[in-house]
Amino acid sequence: MSDLSKTPRTVPRASATFDEYTLSEIRRAAATGIYDIRGAGAKRKLPHFDDLLFLGASISRYPLEGYREKCSTEVVLGTRFAKKPITLKIPITIAGMSFGSLSANAKEALGRGASAMGTSTTTGDGGMTQEERQSSQILVYQYLPSRYGMNPDDLRKADAIEIVVGQGAKPGGGGMLLGQKITERVAAMRTLPVGIDQRSACRHPDWTGPDDLEIKIEELREITDWEKPIYVKVGAARPYYDTALAVKSGADVVVVDGMQGGTAATQEVFIENVGIPTLAAVRQAAQALQDLGMHRKVQLIVSGGIRNGADVAKALALGADAVAIGTAALVALGDNDPHWEAEYQALGTTAGAYDDWHEGRDPAGITTQDPALSARLDPVAAGRRLANYLAVLTLECQTIARACGKSHVHNLEPEDLVALTIEAAAMARVPLAGTDWIPGVTGRF
Amino acid sequence: MSGHHAIDLATGSVRELNAALHALGPDTNETLWRVSNPRGLHAVAAGVDAPVTIEIDGPVGYYCGGMNKHASIVINGNAGVGLAQNIMSGFVHVKGDASQSAGATGCGGMIVIDGNASARCGISMKGVDIVVKGSVGHMSAFMGQAGSLVVLGDAGEALGDSLYEARLFVRGTVASLGADCIEKAMRDEHRALLAAKLEAAGLAGSVDIGEFKRYGSARTLYHFHVDNVSSY
Repeated sequence: MSDLSKTPRTVPRASATFDEYTLSEIRRAAATGIYDIRGAGAKRKLPHFDDLLFLGASISRYPLEGYREKCSTEVVLGTRFAKKPITLKIPITIAGMSFGSLSANAKEALGRGASAMGTSTTTGDGGMTQEERQSSQILVYQYLPSRYGMNPDDLRKADAIEIVVGQGAKPGGGGMLLGQKITERVAAMRTLPVGIDQRSACRHPDWTGPDDLEIKIEELREITDWEKPIYVKVGAARPYYDTALAVKSGADVVVVDGMQGGTAATQEVFIENVGIPTLAAVRQAAQALQDLGMHRKVQLIVSGGIRNGADVAKALALGADAVAIGTAALVALGDNDPHWEAEYQALGTTAGAYDDWHEGRDPAGITTQDPALSARLDPVAAGRRLANYLAVLTLECQTIARACGKSHVHNLEPEDLVALTIEAAAMARVPLAGTDWIPGVTGRF
Repeated sequence: MSGHHAIDLATGSVRELNAALHALGPDTNETLWRVSNPRGLHAVAAGVDAPVTIEIDGPVGYYCGGMNKHASIVINGNAGVGLAQNIMSGFVHVKGDASQSAGATGCGGMIVIDGNASARCGISMKGVDIVVKGSVGHMSAFMGQAGSLVVLGDAGEALGDSLYEARLFVRGTVASLGADCIEKAMRDEHRALLAAKLEAAGLAGSVDIGEFKRYGSARTLYHFHVDNVSSY
């Protein structure tokens, strides 16, 4: 029996402001004097595609038969100016990730998986490797501020060129690759000393602003004889204006990467506090294209936190032509797999939370240059897993599209969506479920 | 029989010029091209990959000679932003001044600028040799990785900021050095290197090597460290 005469004790109360993670970060900062660096994208809870629902068919909307009636998924990119647009069989591409940040086996696996499904992969901040060119039927070559490994031969070997202005994990920040991963091969490709902590430039060295960008695009088109689609990739910051300026500058394709989009390595404070969520970006980018009369003429690729076919379908419904995946593709290859739990524990983390990709000690052999760790990843088997995953994303997206009565996934539209939260309704500009209220648009509840 | 082509950009287009230049193979006999009336047009002779000589009579706009391989390009005038950006090999000679970011990210070959170069000359250079007979603007050789920048005149603020292994030689004054860039001793190997670059630029014997100072990376920023926090 409790003694009611004693003063009851309150249970220990943890601070919501100074939570366990925050306290540990203060202690880490105090011990080291330098900011935390990690990989991946924003981990905080954000308004996302989970906050949207499809309405599906009803009396006024006819669905398509799931296993009989066709629902096309093909996407053509670069129809505005390029002599040789590229055709993807599915509306899902693999985002830019460098050899250097990833092992050669991981890059090969990405190429194998994407090629099996008729879609593209993308190089990263470190140039094009022969292996990834060979394993990728459709390869997008990134043109980054650092220009590591940049050369006209690889530019001409590419199927498309992506001018990277920024990425969602760090709009305004340059790349970073720490010394553990600057092996002799990586260093040679980047013309850097072996083992240094590499800091990539955050700005392009020879153009500033949209007027210059227009001339830069013209130059790249001249060098490649106007054959290649030219993408412009921006981190989601001011997507309406960035999309409009990219169109004005002559881009064939605009890529908008939300803050959930991953990075190989950057400051934690940057990842979690700069940029806007993918959900908030996609509608603004699509709106810019629509206002310019360029929707579907300049294609829009959206990335950052795409995980399943519903996310794909929602991005397309909000106006994207395709999505790009990075983190999810790595997970499909085997990143953060519980199979390696004992080793994740030894690194002070757990499967699913491992994000010290910059340290090069990835037990799964993906975000590493260590030969022994890299050998753990079988590029054939991992490529198969990625192809399976891409197939599931596509089937899921088609399932939803058919339920909404669409014969092409591009026919999905905002009208098919409602939001579960006021925030998501405002960002996506679709009604709050059960109402016809779009905050900031319809002005009524 | 060597061919001599005259292209007038007052009547023809940059696209036609570049398409013709890109069609040339490594053993082409069409080795001399004269381009007139460039009128500040952009991307003139960009992406050439053939051992030909291209003489351009007049001022060019952005990115003239961009990503050049093997060609020798002479500009009888001034050059706009990003002259010979990412040059891989060959030779680009500007008889006038060059605007910002001349030779940006250049990986090889040589650029000679008879006049002055503006800001960010040799930014992120990766192996190109640049000789500027006049002066260079601020932030020149920013993040320079490899190659050499030789300046016969003066250098602006923040020369060699965040420098990697590019080698910088300046005969005149340096307004200031950027983060992690320091003056270094000129040893015989550096004098020999400088002499070779000057000779390649057609300046052998006309410049006193003893008047130059050498600048390079202190290499203190090669690894993240709390003591360098003010430099980041």
